[in-house]
Amino acid sequence: MTQQNSWQIENVDYTFNTIKMKTNTAHINPLEHEAIYIFREVAAQFERPVLLFSGGKDSITLVRLAQKAFYPASIPFPLLHIDTGHNFPETIQFRDKLVEELGLNLIVRHVQDAIDDGKVKEESGRYASRNSLQTTTLLDAIEEFDFDACIGGARRDEEKARAKERVFSVRDDFGQWDEKNQRPELFDILNGQIELGQNVRVFPISNWTELDVWSYIQKEQIEIPSIYFAHTRATFLRDGLIWSSNDNIVYRDEDELVEERQVRFRTVGDMSCTAAVLSSATNIEAVVAEIKASTISERGARIDDKRSEAAMEKRKQQGYF
Amino acid sequence: MDVLKIATAGSVDDGKSTLIGRLLYDTKSLTTDKLEAIKNKSEQLGYDYLDFSLATDGLVAEREQGITIDVAHIYFSTQNRSYIIADTPGHIEYTRNMVTGASTSQASIILIDARKGVIEQTYRHFFINNLLRVKDIIVAINKMDLVDFSEEVFNAIKSEFETLIANSDYKEQNITFIPVSALNGDNVATKSEHTQWYNGQTILEHLEQLKSEDIYNIGTPRFPVQYVIRPKTKDFHDFRGYSGKVYGGDLSVGDKVVVLPSQKESTIKEIFFYDENYETASRRSSVTITLADDVNVSRGDMIVKVDDLPTINKQCNAIISWMDTEPLREGSKYIIQHGVNKVLTKVGSIEHRILPDFSGVDTEASSLNLNDIALVNFKFNKPLYYDAFKAHRTNGSFIIIDNKTNNTVGAGFIQ
Repeated sequence: MTQQNSWQIENVDYTFNTIKMKTNTAHINPLEHEAIYIFREVAAQFERPVLLFSGGKDSITLVRLAQKAFYPASIPFPLLHIDTGHNFPETIQFRDKLVEELGLNLIVRHVQDAIDDGKVKEESGRYASRNSLQTTTLLDAIEEFDFDACIGGARRDEEKARAKERVFSVRDDFGQWDEKNQRPELFDILNGQIELGQNVRVFPISNWTELDVWSYIQKEQIEIPSIYFAHTRATFLRDGLIWSSNDNIVYRDEDELVEERQVRFRTVGDMSCTAAVLSSATNIEAVVAEIKASTISERGARIDDKRSEAAMEKRKQQGYF
Repeated sequence: MDVLKIATAGSVDDGKSTLIGRLLYDTKSLTTDKLEAIKNKSEQLGYDYLDFSLATDGLVAEREQGITIDVAHIYFSTQNRSYIIADTPGHIEYTRNMVTGASTSQASIILIDARKGVIEQTYRHFFINNLLRVKDIIVAINKMDLVDFSEEVFNAIKSEFETLIANSDYKEQNITFIPVSALNGDNVATKSEHTQWYNGQTILEHLEQLKSEDIYNIGTPRFPVQYVIRPKTKDFHDFRGYSGKVYGGDLSVGDKVVVLPSQKESTIKEIFFYDENYETASRRSSVTITLADDVNVSRGDMIVKVDDLPTINKQCNAIISWMDTEPLREGSKYIIQHGVNKVLTKVGSIEHRILPDFSGVDTEASSLNLNDIALVNFKFNKPLYYDAFKAHRTNGSFIIIDNKTNNTVGAGFIQ
């Protein structure tokens, strides 16, 4: 096990206790308070914000932070889920339960509709995925509802292009990211002024690391979909990664044999582009311990990033997260 | 949780990205797959060493040109705390990125190439760290391997840099000189065998013992109201809470406060963080407060203690860093965003342009170009409630927005 992060779990802020203690400001979780500040700036500066909800742990964390930001009022914007049709069923069930329990307003738009309308062409072959097709459906939804701010759970530690992303990141009429011409962000002053037709992508947990998110989920006892915990799943091996077997959604060669393995998912995207990891971690404590010991990066299990070194940057320029 | 934010500054090819990559490697923050990618790429480029700069140079154009062109944020952690590094580019035309990186940092690493010594850009890097009141500066004299780890070279550069410090008006700044070779890891996280004459700490050792706590806690609380919470539900029918972040000091229930600009007085009745009540909200916490009296408060207002008022004025003098290719001219109109408050502003006079090498001022300037730093007088359409930047980092700073483009075109530090 690497040593680097082992302090974090013991020392993860206990805001509730320390906020009362006048002298001990160092123990406030600065990341949590920063995220809450960002959420309030969005609600104050924009007319039609939306929270992009994937059903993954990062967007679930965003929901909790938004609850905290606006309590005792409810979250003053809807959630938008771009359903690729390739989601894990567990994620969709979880999404619907969360929305019902918290009384949230959920909008769902389907990639299948864009395929049926002939707006995008389904990929085929071994590495076919609907990951990049999401962009069209997302941009259409932004236009349909005239959203001026889209809140997402991207983190700068995930990927090199994301490391350069601003907290308020302006997108033009075509949803494009002009990465070389970004507004400087000074202190914690957020400039949300935009022209009609533009929108801003907002990243409240920009400064969180993967372990920060997991530690927060643990501390706050936030519920997450069951696929994040070890379970038995029909899988096959390709390129050294463990793929979920689902013959309707995930392409598989005949010689790629399906076997049952005990796995969990570290990051959750589509079934067709997210690899599983072998694991026996059945609860949050065990998951956090595994993350701390891991020597592989989170996006190492994202097949979509492996296409080229600049895969993320290219998708982002076109309007992807 | 303790987080220390660090900015880096250096000229092209001073080895900044390499130093950061090395810090990641030495703290085991580079995962196997990322390390693998660096190895493969280094081999592909025909290097006989690992090019750690590949860990941070994120954009395609950067990898093509082998340089860093925008602020990247890099994360690593030790058993002690987490670190966030703002990797800012060294080109002279990108001063704005350096100001941006330094604005959120408590410590700064300035790189100097041991073969080149103190150059014009070093002046500028130090000047900006000085202007932004960055508390701790590490001067990393890099590429020591290329000057045979010579103590004389190190000392010569150090004394040249010390002449710069003599010009500084920020005497509380801590400045530390460290001889390093980022490429080989000498004095980055491990003490170098090649610098027996050096008794000081490595860069990582030095960072580990810096106190991130409260260098900006000066006991003067400022509470800019971000958002008014009115649930209008059955349980909270008459609830009217003011949300915001506490800056500079603590606020407690029972504190006598005044709302600016209305100057209405009241008392803090409750402090909420989520669904819990607190006696005290400490600096940097994002809370919601309620007041004992029914006073009108909206976004952009500021709640302060009655005996601790900021300056309330329709004009100010500020040192600004101009960040736009379109010049700033006397008489032009802009928007000033001061925290969460916005006012219209008209540029009064440009008092003088400050030469960023401490050599003096240019009193003739009537417009400012990209990267210029100057003392400027601003007039506002309504009063602003501010402190001097030197006394209150957050309440003494603002950004300038061009209403035509909506871009952030400058940063101001109130005098």
